[in-house]
Formats: sequence, structure tokens, C-alpha cells
Amino acid sequence: MSYKAKFKVWRGEGGEGKLEDFTVEVNEGEVVLDIIHRLQATQAPDLAVRWNCKAGKCGSCSMEINGKPRLGCMTRMSTFSEDETITVTPMRTFPVIKDLVTDVSYNYQKAREVQSFTPPSSVRPGEYRMKQVDVERSQEFRKCIECFMCNNVCHVIRDHEENKTNFSGPRFLMRIAELDMHPYDVADRQDAAQEEHGLGYCNITKCCTEVCPEHIKITDNALIPMKERVVDRRYDPLVWLGNKIFRRGDNGK
Amino acid sequence: MTQTTPDAPVRRQRAQVKVRTLRTDRWWLTPFLTFLGLSSFLVYGVWAIIDNSIFVDPYIAPFASPCLAEVTCPEGARLFGWAPIGDWYTLSPGLLILALPGGFRLTCYYYRKSYYRSFWLSPPACAVQEPHGKYTGERRFPLIMQNVHRYFFYAAILIGLILAWDAVLALVHKPLGLGTWILIVNAILINAYTLSCHSCRHITAGRLNHFSRHPLRYRAWTFVSKLNAKHQPLAWASMFSVMGADLYVRLVAKGIIAFPYA
Amino acid sequence: MENTHNTERHEYDVVVIGAGGAGLRAAIEARQQGKRTAIVCKSLFGKAHTVMAEGGAAAAMGNVNPDDNWMVHFRDTMRGGKFLNNWRMAELHAKEAPDRVWELEAWGALFDRTKDGKISQRNFGGHEYPRLAHVGDRTGLELIRTLQQRVVALQQEDYETHGDYEAYIKVFAECTVTRLLKDGDAISGAFGYWRESGNFVLFDAPTVVLATGGIGKSYVVTSNSWEYTGDGHALALLAGAKLINMEFIQFHPTGMVWPPSVRGILVTESVRGDGGVLRNSDGKRFMFDYIPEVFRDKYATTEEEGDRWYTDQANNRRPPELLPRDEVARAINSEVKAGRGSPQGGVFLDVSTRLPAEEIKKRLPSMHHQFKELADVDITAEPMQVGPTCHYIMGGVEVDADTGAAAVPGLFAAGEVSGGMHGSNRLGGNSLSDLLVFGRRAGAGAAAYVDALKSRPKVLPEQVTEAREEALAPLGHTGENPYEVHHELQRTMNDLVGIIRKSEEVAEALEVVEKLKERVRLVGAAGSAVYNPGWHLAIDLRNMVLVSECVARAALIREESRGGHTRDDFPEMSPEWRRRLLVCSTQDGSAVEVEERLQPGMRDDLITLFDRDELKKYLTDEEMAEFDGIAKS
Repeated sequence: MSYKAKFKVWRGEGGEGKLEDFTVEVNEGEVVLDIIHRLQATQAPDLAVRWNCKAGKCGSCSMEINGKPRLGCMTRMSTFSEDETITVTPMRTFPVIKDLVTDVSYNYQKAREVQSFTPPSSVRPGEYRMKQVDVERSQEFRKCIECFMCNNVCHVIRDHEENKTNFSGPRFLMRIAELDMHPYDVADRQDAAQEEHGLGYCNITKCCTEVCPEHIKITDNALIPMKERVVDRRYDPLVWLGNKIFRRGDNGK
Repeated sequence: MTQTTPDAPVRRQRAQVKVRTLRTDRWWLTPFLTFLGLSSFLVYGVWAIIDNSIFVDPYIAPFASPCLAEVTCPEGARLFGWAPIGDWYTLSPGLLILALPGGFRLTCYYYRKSYYRSFWLSPPACAVQEPHGKYTGERRFPLIMQNVHRYFFYAAILIGLILAWDAVLALVHKPLGLGTWILIVNAILINAYTLSCHSCRHITAGRLNHFSRHPLRYRAWTFVSKLNAKHQPLAWASMFSVMGADLYVRLVAKGIIAFPYA
Repeated sequence: MENTHNTERHEYDVVVIGAGGAGLRAAIEARQQGKRTAIVCKSLFGKAHTVMAEGGAAAAMGNVNPDDNWMVHFRDTMRGGKFLNNWRMAELHAKEAPDRVWELEAWGALFDRTKDGKISQRNFGGHEYPRLAHVGDRTGLELIRTLQQRVVALQQEDYETHGDYEAYIKVFAECTVTRLLKDGDAISGAFGYWRESGNFVLFDAPTVVLATGGIGKSYVVTSNSWEYTGDGHALALLAGAKLINMEFIQFHPTGMVWPPSVRGILVTESVRGDGGVLRNSDGKRFMFDYIPEVFRDKYATTEEEGDRWYTDQANNRRPPELLPRDEVARAINSEVKAGRGSPQGGVFLDVSTRLPAEEIKKRLPSMHHQFKELADVDITAEPMQVGPTCHYIMGGVEVDADTGAAAVPGLFAAGEVSGGMHGSNRLGGNSLSDLLVFGRRAGAGAAAYVDALKSRPKVLPEQVTEAREEALAPLGHTGENPYEVHHELQRTMNDLVGIIRKSEEVAEALEVVEKLKERVRLVGAAGSAVYNPGWHLAIDLRNMVLVSECVARAALIREESRGGHTRDDFPEMSPEWRRRLLVCSTQDGSAVEVEERLQPGMRDDLITLFDRDELKKYLTDEEMAEFDGIAKS
């Protein structure tokens, strides 16, 4: 039932650090976060890890386990063999504060730059009428628990720190898609997606979808539809032509 | 106003992990296989352009359909007997139309993923560092051209219909031919792949914000969405089926395959 | 300034502690009323425990059943709380919940819809009509995300006008408050530390809104996260405020029981609301044996009737699986004790034989996901094993219903940390609406207090020094491992002050707590102050022990069984005790005193909303005579 597992955990502060070896007890049914907690309680009381709900709902315990971005609380130990050495490191894309805890303020900054939900001023609370089919797409994106693993895995910023300024990452491009598909949102988001949030950086290699613990189809349902909407706006010659003619008609009035 | 930020923290750094990836699984396998698969298609495609055995009644090789050249298209291979490209053109008929299905696949959202990963290694696999120092994505020329995908989609619809027509003709003239059924399967896969396209999904109703006001388009979108979830397998299946069908027709045309129900 | 070296200082009008539903709603209100507002929270912004709420937010909008209105909701709430609720709070809550939910929609929330496009509402235990606005089974996430995004929207407005996102509302994430500061009687600020760096923070502010949630981490089996260490309860006590109803703790009937590491994690009540049934190891739907007298005419007595209810609610009574949570928790507890439990010590909750697999995945997606990933159980094919888990504390800071003001001037509280609204037992779905209604009221209360303030209370340097020393104490020396002390407290509370309580056991718990107080003083934390969880826990222990003492003392005094307080030695509900509230306070934090207070009688127009027959079950003869007088006139 219970065995000793070999762990390598990245420990350090502010960038400097190394993988430290631990041997630690593992019991049936446990997840990686349990093991990290056992290390805290028995061997390394100051081992820093961020966590909260332990049920995959809050998105706090994002880390990289054997090189893959995972939630510590949702990675069952039974998915590893008993003789395997399990390497746990902090998310690579964000600066490290200590051990497994990273500074994710990039994400909050980007969240702030996405224009908020903008309903028409004529609709009052309580008067909203939306059909289920019309809200379902955006509802899928609202399942997001903001673990930021999609932003962490995205090579646009993971491998190119300098792109952080111009790229909001899958999480917030998806947020734009969510609002753009909202039946009541009146803000114009397509230009912003391309100009300010760097949708064009995305080369749809789908790692965001692969790591999403909520299994949101980020690429297929949010990013590509958003790219298509941007094409409507900016790159579709027919639409462009149509707009030109339409506008000319307007001017004639 | 009071100060609202904590003491500026020392400039923070990412965790120093020296290796490209800590992944322990065989992450290189998928890009490697993708590389082989796509390369084989390219190699075959080049050969198919050079090769002239494109027609054996009633089969026409999919790579050469629609056959539009007066000189290089045999009588029966022409679409509705029509050859708009005059006798000045003497090259392979496949070359005339190559850009359409080729462009469709080249700008396809799935193929983009697969060749960005396997050819350009950007990234080779998730959480594996890419070997390039700089990355600008699809923001400027030439990659910004990927945005014309929907026009290739319109063209691909035509090509798909023509391949289906070819299959129907074959069925009418040689219902028991193995080639007929190969062309039928190919036509189904090609059309399924075409319809499962992300642009198609967008055009049916993806661009709308009120599905409920457009019930028919919503139904179409639902159908396309289901197909779209299978876009990747359809991309591969149709790629191999078109290669297979094309090769089969050419081999029959060359007489290499020759049996009564070929 | 002197004595605050290495302590950053911020000036605000309102400091909200806690960034769950109540805290964010309070902060939004304070900011909307033009107050400079700080939100201080222990986790990252948007991770608060509210995300765990699954079922929905109860609001009598009448979208699904037009017969629903605030009076029905009020009655259900009072009934659920066994008439111990602060009736004014229950009234405000029932009246204002719909507006609060609609407001969320205008801020971008996307609830599930009815056919005609309104917000859909679902059935839940103790609610007479379908009433819970929901999004699948992740309503809490929707709520917190919406409020979080509303805060961002306000920050964007401020950026437009002032060029600074944080001009009027700023989030201090991963920051813990350890002390409230006072100038004379009134609040003058709060003191805390950044979890990340260990640096100290001083908030100079005339008002503090507590919205810190509950105390679940004092128990081993709990659905609560690490944050639930009773911080707000303890801060209020230490600042001189009073806690009421601390003996009432809700054990949610259905927590996961396996695997051990997730023991206690919630299985939403919607599983039962949508058709799930409870069975013991004999395969029997045992809840039919546990319908208490007071509810006998409201619940189905046969399986057939219970099953018909799901499709025809007008002509059938609801199945007893949907009894209020305390009843179901006790029933499961008894079944397990009687040896009819499941292999891992719970009972079976089965939805697989009741709904088609597709429907289960659609209605309960996160439950499906949770069991699949955590326990490797496919709930569309096999039953879940569930058992009671410490979920919610009804007790908390005694506040004024209309403003959320506590006894200490400048101190406000909302949400789980406040007491009274839910009486002795909270109905599912009433928590999310409580957060919104009273979060807003507390924010408005704080804003009004600031407006009426003649002079700003001052932060006294000696209090800051004291708070610093207190916080640094565990870092200074090598002492006992805080994890061990914590674990002992959890075991004690779980075993001795759990679902079923006995006088001797509670007394024993108090002795242990007494000893733990001493040990808490001696715990040490190795390592530096930078993100040091051992140190954080050592600081939180003070709060947990203090709050646990309140729970145990009040539990020992209340000699009856009611809602979230069940005494094995006093199994009956007593009308005499209904009128009495137990109020906890402390002088200096070293000991808790408990006194009794008379519960004020319900307003005439509210009490007459109930049938005489029903009131008879709860009220004393004397109160009944009064009621008859009112009813006649």
C-alpha cells in the first residue's frame, strides 16, 4: 500500500536554486500535492507551495511535474511507477518567489488590460434575456480556474520573455473571445485582440489546450474562432470591399 | 495619494533550470512521426506532379482533378469535357490546380500546428524549449497570409465536389471496380475534412453571437462543430486517402495493377 | 516613523479582509460609494474559498416557479435555521437576494438559462421552490470571477479618470492580517504581513470589514481550505467584538470519504437535487427512516412519491434526501455507526442508476470530473461513497443586520464570519446570496461610517510594535513543529466537538485546548520569513485555538439539540433554548467568556407569515400566547 518515493524538488529563492533530493512516504490514493505537504510536515517545514482547495477548483497549485505543467492536487501518485524519480519544479514562465511559488502578477496585469464586460446602457439588471445556446460558448470559457498553466506553457512567452509586453496569453485571449461571444457585449474587441493582446503571436500549437485542467478547448473554441473573427474584420478582402461600399452608401445619406 | 505598491521587489528571475525540458516521456515521438508523415506527402506530391499517368477510364487521379488543360488532359478526364486552358499549356495538369488543395492544407489550422511543431520546432512539444532566439508568430508577412484560409476553404469546397463527381462518374461506369470504391472513400474523407474546417465552422454560425435567432445556421454549426472535433484525424485520413487513391489510379493507368475489377 | 521600521504603511478609508464573495462585494460597494478601499487576502486574488460553492445562489426570483417570493424564502430560511436566525437578516436576505443576483448578470455573470431566457433556478434541500441560480455545479466560481472582474472594471474606470488602476481599490494578495488596531474604542487600522516576503504591512484605516469565512481548518475532515483558520472570528474577538452562535457548525452530509487525501472534499447537494439517492450497505434508501417530526408533512414517505416529485413537484412531496443538511448528516452518521456503512466508512450516493450518463455529465460536470480524477470513480456508472464533513459555521461576529456593524465602532463583518443570519443551520444556496446581500450592506455600512466620522482615529505606535513582536515570535526560536500542534487540535475538535456532542467529551476537548494554548506559544518555525508556510501556520494557530475554545464552550452550555449542534445527552430541541443566544467574548485573548443573551422577538408582520401549527413546534407557550394576541388583532 505504502512505499517510499524518490522526489526531486526545485528549491531556491529569486531564481537561484537547485533540485533537492527527497525520499518520502507515499500512501494509496495520494496526489503529488499530498507528498509536497508531507515534505513540509516532516522534512522541510519552509518548503513553499501555493495551494488552496485541493480539489482542482481554485487553480492555485500549478507546478511542473516531470516537466509537464500540472495541478499538484490533480496529479495522482498512481500515475507514476514506484521506482520513478518525480521531479517537481515551479512554473517556468513566471519569476520564482521561492521554491514552487511563482510571481504570477503578469496574469493579473493582463487581466486588467482586457476591457470589461460592456452591456448596452439600456438594459437594466433583471432584464437580461439570453437563451442557453447563446451563452454556452462563453460559459465554457468561464469554467477557467485561472491556474495560468496555459500561459505558462505557451511558448510565445515561455521561450521568449520579451513577448510578454505584447502578448496576453491564451487565458486572456480566451477572455476576449468569451466577451466577444457574449450576447449582450457591445464593445469592439476584434481589433484589440490583434493589436493590443497579440492574438497574431498564437501559432495554434495547442499546448494551452493540452494542459488545461478544466479541459477547455481553448484553441479550437476560443483562439481559432477569435482569429476567424479578426479575419472578418481585418483580412477578409470581400468583407473589406463590402465595408467600403457600405460606408460609401452611408456617406451619401 | 498614498503609496500603493509594496517595496519594489528585487528584479525577479525565473527558476534556473538548465535543461530544455524536464519531460521524461517520449515527447519527440509525435513531432518525429508527423515530420515523416508530412514529408512523405510532399515527396509523393512532387512525384505526382511529374508523373503523367493521370487517367484510366473511368478513373481520374485526384491530384489531377479537375483536369483543365487541353493538351495534357485525356478526353475523358476533362471536367464536363471542358478544357479552358488552351494548347499553350503543356505542363502537368495537376500543377494548375495544386495551389487550391495545397493552399487549403498549408493554411489549415491543424496542419499549421503540425508543421510548426514538427518542421519549425516552434515548439517541438509542450514545455519543450524551442531552438529559436526570436519569435514573432503569425503577425507579419509571410505568416500573416495564413489568414486567407477561408478562401482556400471556398476553393476546397469546389475541389471536394469535383472529386465527389469523379467518384459518381466512376460508380456509374464501373460500379464494381475497386478503384471506384477507393475514389468514393476518398471523396467522403476529403469532403468531411473540408467541412470540418475551422473557417467553415466560423462561416456557418461561429461568427454570430445569437445562435437562437438563426436556428438553421445553428444546426449547421452544431454539425460542423462535431466534425471539427475530428479535424486532426480527418486531416490525416484524407491525406493518406488522397495519396492512396491517386497512386492507385496511376498504377492502374500504368498497367501495374491489372485485374478484372481493378 | 518610529517603531514601524521595515513596515510599509498604507492609508485607506475601508480595509476589507478577505476576497471571497462577501469581501469583494463589500469592497465593490465601498468603492462605488467613493471610498478608497483595500482588499487584503491570504491567497491570490480569485482563489478564495467561494470558488468551492457548487450548488447555486438562492434568490426568490420566481423564474421557474412563479409562486416563489421573498416571504416563502424567508420562511424556508427560518425553518432551516430552526427559528434561531436573526429574523431581520433573514428578511433582508430574502428580499434583496434577487437584486444581487441580477446585478451579477449585469457585471457579466452567465447563469444557466430557462427556456424563455431568464436565469434558471434549481431545487435544493430545504427550499420549497426551485430557487438556486446556478451555472452547472460551479456557481461559486462564476460568482467570484464575476466579482473579481467587477473589481477590475472599477479599476479600469479609475485608470480612465486618475491614470492609476489602484487609485481607489487595491488588492493586497497573499497578505495576512494578524491584528486589528484601535484608537480608544474605535478601529484605527490593521496590521499584517506579506506571505511572500514576510515584510509587515500597516493599514491606517477607520473601518475594517471582516469577510474571512469560516473555521473549518480546526477539524480534520473538512471541506474547507487552509485559509479557513477563523482569522476574522479571532480578530474580532481580540478587538473586543462578540461572537454568537459559535456552537452551530454545519457538517455537510456529503463529503468524499476516499481517497484519504481528499477526505472531506465536497460532493454538491445538487447530486441529490437532481435525483441522486442515499443508500446504506443493504441497498436501502434509509433517509425515509429519518424524517423528523417537524418536517413529516413536507416530505415524501414512499420511494414512489419521492421519485414522482422530480417530474411533478406540484402534486408530490419531495424525497427525504433533500431534508436540511443537519438532518441528512446525522442520518448518515447513524447509519455508519450502526454498521451499515460503505467499505470506506461512508454511505452510497448513487446517481448512476437514476439519470442517463449524458445527463449526469451535463448537469454535474465538475462532480464527474472530481470523482474521475481524484478517486478514479465514474459516477455515471457506479455510486459515490460519501460522509459528513465540516463545512460551515453558522456562528460568527454579532452584527447589526442593516449595516453589518459589529460592537466595535468601525468594525464590520459579512458572510460566513458574521453570525445570526442562518440561525442554527444554513440552507444550501443561502450562503452565496448571503455573501452578496450582506457584503454589499457591510460595504455600504463602512462607507456611511466613514462619512459620519468627525476625526480619523490614529494608529498608536505601541500597538504596532506589539503586533510585530507577536508575529515574529515563532520565527525567533526553535520550538515545537506547528504542524503537530495543528493536527492535535484538528483531531480533538473532530472527535470531541464533532457532529454528535456529549458533555464529558466537550469538557475533555476544552482541557486539551487549554494545553494547546500553551503549546501554541512555544511553536517555532525554521527558515526565513520569505514564503514560509511553517511560520504562517504558527501564526494562524492562535486564531484556531481561540475560535475552537468558543465553539467548545458554547457547545457545552447549550443543553439541547438544534441544527448544527447535536447533544447526545440532550437530544431534544427546546423552545426555551431557542430564545437564548450564546455570546462569546474575550478580555485579552487568553480565555473566552460566554454569556447568554435573549433573542429579540420577531416583528409582527413576519411572525404572522407562519402557521400557528408550525410555530408551536418551536416556540414556548408564553411566545405562543403572544402570537395568538398578534394574530387576533
